[in-house]
Amino acid sequence: MLDGLLDPRRWEITLSSMEPFWDGFFFTLQVVVAGLAISLVLGTILGIFSTTRSRILRAISRVYVEFFQNTPLPVQVFFYYMAGPRVLQAILNTPSPVRISSFVIGAVGVGLYHAAYISEVIRTGIEAVPRGQMEAALSQGFSRVQAYGYIILPQTFKVILPPLCNQALNLVKNTSVLALIAGGDLMYNADNFVSTYGYLQGYIMACVLYFIICFPLALLVQYLEKRSKRKPRAKVIPGITTDAAKEA
Amino acid sequence: MEIFTQANVTFILTGFLKTLEISALAIVFSIILGTVLAMVKQYCTGKLSIFKWIVSAYIELFRCTPNLLWILFIYFTVKGNDVFISVLAFTIFTSAVIAEIVRGGFNSIPKSQFEAAQSQGFGFFQSMRLIILPQTFKTIIPALFSQCTTVIKDSSYLAGINVAEFMFSAKVVMGYTSNLDQVLLLYGFVFLLYFVLNFGISLIVRAYQRRVVAA
Repeated sequence: MLDGLLDPRRWEITLSSMEPFWDGFFFTLQVVVAGLAISLVLGTILGIFSTTRSRILRAISRVYVEFFQNTPLPVQVFFYYMAGPRVLQAILNTPSPVRISSFVIGAVGVGLYHAAYISEVIRTGIEAVPRGQMEAALSQGFSRVQAYGYIILPQTFKVILPPLCNQALNLVKNTSVLALIAGGDLMYNADNFVSTYGYLQGYIMACVLYFIICFPLALLVQYLEKRSKRKPRAKVIPGITTDAAKEA
Repeated sequence: MEIFTQANVTFILTGFLKTLEISALAIVFSIILGTVLAMVKQYCTGKLSIFKWIVSAYIELFRCTPNLLWILFIYFTVKGNDVFISVLAFTIFTSAVIAEIVRGGFNSIPKSQFEAAQSQGFGFFQSMRLIILPQTFKTIIPALFSQCTTVIKDSSYLAGINVAEFMFSAKVVMGYTSNLDQVLLLYGFVFLLYFVLNFGISLIVRAYQRRVVAA
């Protein structure tokens, strides 16, 4: 194994046939963007549902979250891939099964799956800010929009940004599920390369390319986590704020 | 043709048992390896900090690459039976995740606990085993359990390398029918069993958290 890994000829061949890797890389990126959009929109809606007073909306959100969090993504994707076309045929009453492109399967697959997780993130973010904050802001003469802009949302974002970016990171990794259904993503193309040439280099290139997408996200998560742990500090105005206020 | 024959159901349930077996072994090994990695990253300082950097690199590498990549990688490079390959692939990947969970647990233990243990004459490993680790694991049990569900769910990736686990067995049976209703029933069955298992685990975690909060 090590001989093949260090063989310069194999590396040369791998590096000269990088095209499918880049194709897969950009396809994966497209799926990530579309999946992230779906999961953010749906996740926010479901998260808000779970904090409303309506029992029905809360139940919808609960059932959705529990189903998608407790069943595997590969099984969901296999379902869209194998049963999806014929289910759509039955629903839409078309003469032949409806073809679903792997881009749609990927985006919808990871989108619906991560919407469940993002919904929970949004819910904890909303619940993290006590109701009294809004009341206090209004009593101080802030308008509702101002109160959201200056008081509520900054506190919410501080809580939800780190786990949100973490979900984005997981979403990128989970798009590799497309390789199971011949989806033309980075993982699939890399696997294809390896089975064509029998060179381990293919997996290493895939590893590097995934790392290029994910590592900045991981650093961002770390930075946001550190920032969210910092306590808010009063602005220091010389001569007015005391040293004690500075310390606190 | 009836798809839920006794032979088919037995076949699928055998796959389910394999899923359980692989997940359980992978989780046990990952917790052991993950704890060791976390201890190295947290406590190897000074002259030993080279190990700390190696472990940090290991954790970042696996955190930033997909699980499926390592399943395929191990399948391609390591020879062995399918349970061995699966458990190995999941252990190298999951141990990196668990290492971060354990380290989060270490950080929640006040430093004074460690200092007190040392001042009482405990050595490093004694204070770890008797003082720090028991408290750490108590705080991270919920996170560990939710990692269990992740492993159980991700084990269905193994269908991609033809390990006869739950999803794979169900797919084999689906190959025998072209009737949509039967396929949907089978998917319902697969979703249901995964759901019951994982939801059961998450109920246990919630009960545990309530008890801890109440105590």
